[in-house]
Amino acid sequence: MNKSFLFRIDWLSFFIYLILVSFGITNIYSTGFTDDTQSLMEWGSPAGKQFWIFLFSLLLLPFVLFINSNFFEHLSYVFYSLSILSLIGLFFFGQKISGATSWYLIGGFSLQPSEFAKITTALLISTKLSSIQMDFKKGRDLIKLFVMIGAPTALVILQPDAGSALVFLSLFFVLFREGLDMRVFYLAIGLVIVFILTLLFEPLTLSLALVVLFLMAFQWVKKNNSRTKRTPFLLVFLGLVFFSFSVNFIFNNVFEQRHRDRFNIILGLEVDSQGIGYNINQSKIAIGSGGFSGKGFLNGTQTKGDFVPEQHTDYIFSTIGEEWGFLGSSGLIILFTILLLRILYRAEKHTNPFPRIFSYCFASMLFIHFFINIGMTLGLVPTVGIPLPYISYGGTNLLAFSLMLFIYLNLDANRLS
Amino acid sequence: MIRKFLLLSFTLGSALLFIFQLSVLQLFNSEYRERSLNNAVQARPVYPTRGLIYDRNGSLWVANKPVFDLMVVPENLNSFDTLELTKSLKISKKELLFQLQNAKRFSKKLPSVVLRELSMSEVAVFQEKMWKYPGFYFQKKSTRDYVLPIGANVLGYISETNQSEIKSKTDYDLGEMIGRQGIEKTYEKILRGTKGVQLFQKDRFNRIIGPYEGGASDKAPEAAEDITLTIDAVLQAYGESLMNNKRGGIVALEPQSGEVLALITAPNYNPNLLVGRDRSKFFKKLVKDTLAKPLFDRSLQAEYSPGSPFKTLNALIGLQEKVISPETVFNCNAGHFYARGSFMGCHCRVGSQSNLIKGIYNSCNTYFAKTFTRIIESQPTSEEGVRLWHSYLEKFGLGDYLGYDLPIGKPGFIPDSGFYNRWYPKGKWGATTIISNAIGQGEILTTPIQMANFTATIANRGYFRKPHFKKTKSQKESDSLYPKNPTSIDTEHFETVIRGMYQVVEQGTARIAKIKGIDVCGKTGTVENFILLNGDKTQLTDHSIFVAFAPKDDPKIALAVFIENGYWGGRWAAPIASLMIEKYLTGEVKRSWLENRMLEGSLQAEYEKPLLGKAFTINE
Repeated sequence: MNKSFLFRIDWLSFFIYLILVSFGITNIYSTGFTDDTQSLMEWGSPAGKQFWIFLFSLLLLPFVLFINSNFFEHLSYVFYSLSILSLIGLFFFGQKISGATSWYLIGGFSLQPSEFAKITTALLISTKLSSIQMDFKKGRDLIKLFVMIGAPTALVILQPDAGSALVFLSLFFVLFREGLDMRVFYLAIGLVIVFILTLLFEPLTLSLALVVLFLMAFQWVKKNNSRTKRTPFLLVFLGLVFFSFSVNFIFNNVFEQRHRDRFNIILGLEVDSQGIGYNINQSKIAIGSGGFSGKGFLNGTQTKGDFVPEQHTDYIFSTIGEEWGFLGSSGLIILFTILLLRILYRAEKHTNPFPRIFSYCFASMLFIHFFINIGMTLGLVPTVGIPLPYISYGGTNLLAFSLMLFIYLNLDANRLS
Repeated sequence: MIRKFLLLSFTLGSALLFIFQLSVLQLFNSEYRERSLNNAVQARPVYPTRGLIYDRNGSLWVANKPVFDLMVVPENLNSFDTLELTKSLKISKKELLFQLQNAKRFSKKLPSVVLRELSMSEVAVFQEKMWKYPGFYFQKKSTRDYVLPIGANVLGYISETNQSEIKSKTDYDLGEMIGRQGIEKTYEKILRGTKGVQLFQKDRFNRIIGPYEGGASDKAPEAAEDITLTIDAVLQAYGESLMNNKRGGIVALEPQSGEVLALITAPNYNPNLLVGRDRSKFFKKLVKDTLAKPLFDRSLQAEYSPGSPFKTLNALIGLQEKVISPETVFNCNAGHFYARGSFMGCHCRVGSQSNLIKGIYNSCNTYFAKTFTRIIESQPTSEEGVRLWHSYLEKFGLGDYLGYDLPIGKPGFIPDSGFYNRWYPKGKWGATTIISNAIGQGEILTTPIQMANFTATIANRGYFRKPHFKKTKSQKESDSLYPKNPTSIDTEHFETVIRGMYQVVEQGTARIAKIKGIDVCGKTGTVENFILLNGDKTQLTDHSIFVAFAPKDDPKIALAVFIENGYWGGRWAAPIASLMIEKYLTGEVKRSWLENRMLEGSLQAEYEKPLLGKAFTINE
């Protein structure tokens, strides 16, 4: 290795990473802080554990950086298979923690294999998409891709861990980038909108509205292009109406009450500040009470009082909002945005498909974590248990996202090789 | 192109959305800040110990003592020996289980009260077994300790504020001690002090987990002030013992200053009964006693006809209006016809002649009926006559609240011409119609403290200072707070009446009140009184009254004694007044035979008469 390699490393991303993790540990320390807290380095405390995982990750950094880039591509099938096996193994040897069988307990450490599956799935998808034979028009290839994403998704749903499932589904961003039919995207967006509207209004009302909308759209299109056929419009329309009714059915009959509650609270259909809405309410109080500059490090009363559950993991952002105020929390959002944009920018610059696609996978997964976690904490997105990478407490998550960043750094630095 | 910018636009879009939501929550909304304070910060009041109360001689009267509430945190409860607990804390098992149930319903993690206000001795027995009862603990509080168990009517009492009260008294917390009656109520502000506040950080279960901001915003309480009363505790206690088994009131004043030396009502209760776990039980008992009415302060609230002592006032008015002179003589034939066919009896013998002095010491009804008639008829109309008469009496503090510093009282009643115009067709009434007022019967009503006050006014030869119970720090403060209230009667006339009152004790109706070496002036009274018994107006044994002051030339004490159904004034009231004077002025009572008679004398049989449902005789 020579000087030029070090020079080529994406230092900006790496520094943002260092800042994020340090800031994360600071806030984990704050959530666990009581007047008896002695020092930061206590192995037993969450902040202490997170700190050691951080050091361990940094220890791995040189190894990951100096591995030949081809290594990731060639072994991606092996890694992926091991991951899938580890996910299946959970059903036999897994440890149930707060309702989900997502952990292995090995010698006092708890490991969450789904975090590593995120890396391996990303690697496999990148390998598959960058292969020369890959063609989005071929059904075989599409099915292969869907199975690659679908397998870990299904396995984590069974745990059940809906959050991680969404992370795997975020790889669709990569598929769209690489050439999946955009109509699938529009349909997905349409379905999401219909889904939300169905919950807000009765399916019948919604269907009537859809009839009007489609008649108008059809007339407008017809005027511009007389050759347009009626059938696809009709099909889409019928599909949406059917979807609307089935959503209504699924929501009321298949979903469990807790799922229904989460949607209802976000959509403002239910006000419940003591029961299920308690988390969101307390989280908003914590963030709102931070004001412009926050209450100061270790001075968050909501944080000290443990009002927000899971505050060192999924709800860490509420501590940041409370203790660091608008300055700190919007600063964090800006840092994340810069990191994401930086990865996307560097990805587009690659001439080789594999590094580009892997960077894209990384960005997609990082984005979905960022979006759902902060959105949930701010009360904009239904409650889904998913950590904020680099910030939330959680060893496996920190390790996995560190490794993903390091792989990205490796691929990015070796773009010319 | 859209493919390349899809994720990018999602990223930028969500970042903008998040920053927008952050600014909504953090910059343009102050509601969350308040809610977080409500949430996470508990302000716990710190109460200063309530001010102590001393008597006029500096004897500690009311102090504070610790009491203990038995608290429970249901979450920490373990199975325990119910029998031992119920036995050693004297609580029934049913009651205990009921309280535990309530506590659980309130909160599993927060403490609730199981038993209120246990005394130190009750707790001491149980304290050493406490380790066997996880989940229970004692919480110390402060309550009143009546070092001298007297004067409950003066002191009033304190108790916890309730839910509806704290809505109007926003400065109080629920369950904070507040003065309810008497001195405790009037001087609540002084005795209470200013409470401080300690801020604590709470957790989500409302448990306290430490000081908020290290106690930086805490406020220390300001100590309460102690109060010295004008009451002489020795005299008060002595008076209360003299009133054993009797009903009535005694008010003793220091004439020159208006300081109340003793305020006694009977029956009374031991103030210590209204402290501790049995408080409500005793309070109910007191409230329910509608016959003896121990919570009714007869010295301040009972409006009686003043009877013969009132004659001294009519004499003063007559002298000032010059309708009589000390030498004026009236004839009495065991009474007189004040109008055709209307005879007012008198205990003077047939053919007796009285001047003013003799009229006073023999309490001659005829003399004062004639004086009163002359006062009323000195004016062109009887309406103006009554108005004149009324204007003199007002100056003695009669017919209105005196304005002393206790929260209860009654105005009494002095009729004016308007009153009689309502009852009789205008102009169709005259002095003879309202002649009872001449001898303190009729429509006039006074409270014992008003009677003591007019006696003090006579002792002062023409003025009074407002009666009060809190001793002032200096003479100057006293003079400015309680200025002289002059009457419109000249001093020389008071000297005349006082000569008469002196003879009451020397050779008149109250010779029993005479004390060797002390010149006592007084006036007896025997007041007819009636009740409604099964719908019939029934006369009861007369009330026994005596007003007095001593020594004659430099009065140190003026008092009014009112004994319900005690018959004539010299029988109960005069001896009691005399004993009080002796006790106060000399510190000891030499006439133990009289003292014993009063201490042991009981009027209970008299009070039971109308209740037995049988025919009874009065004035035996």
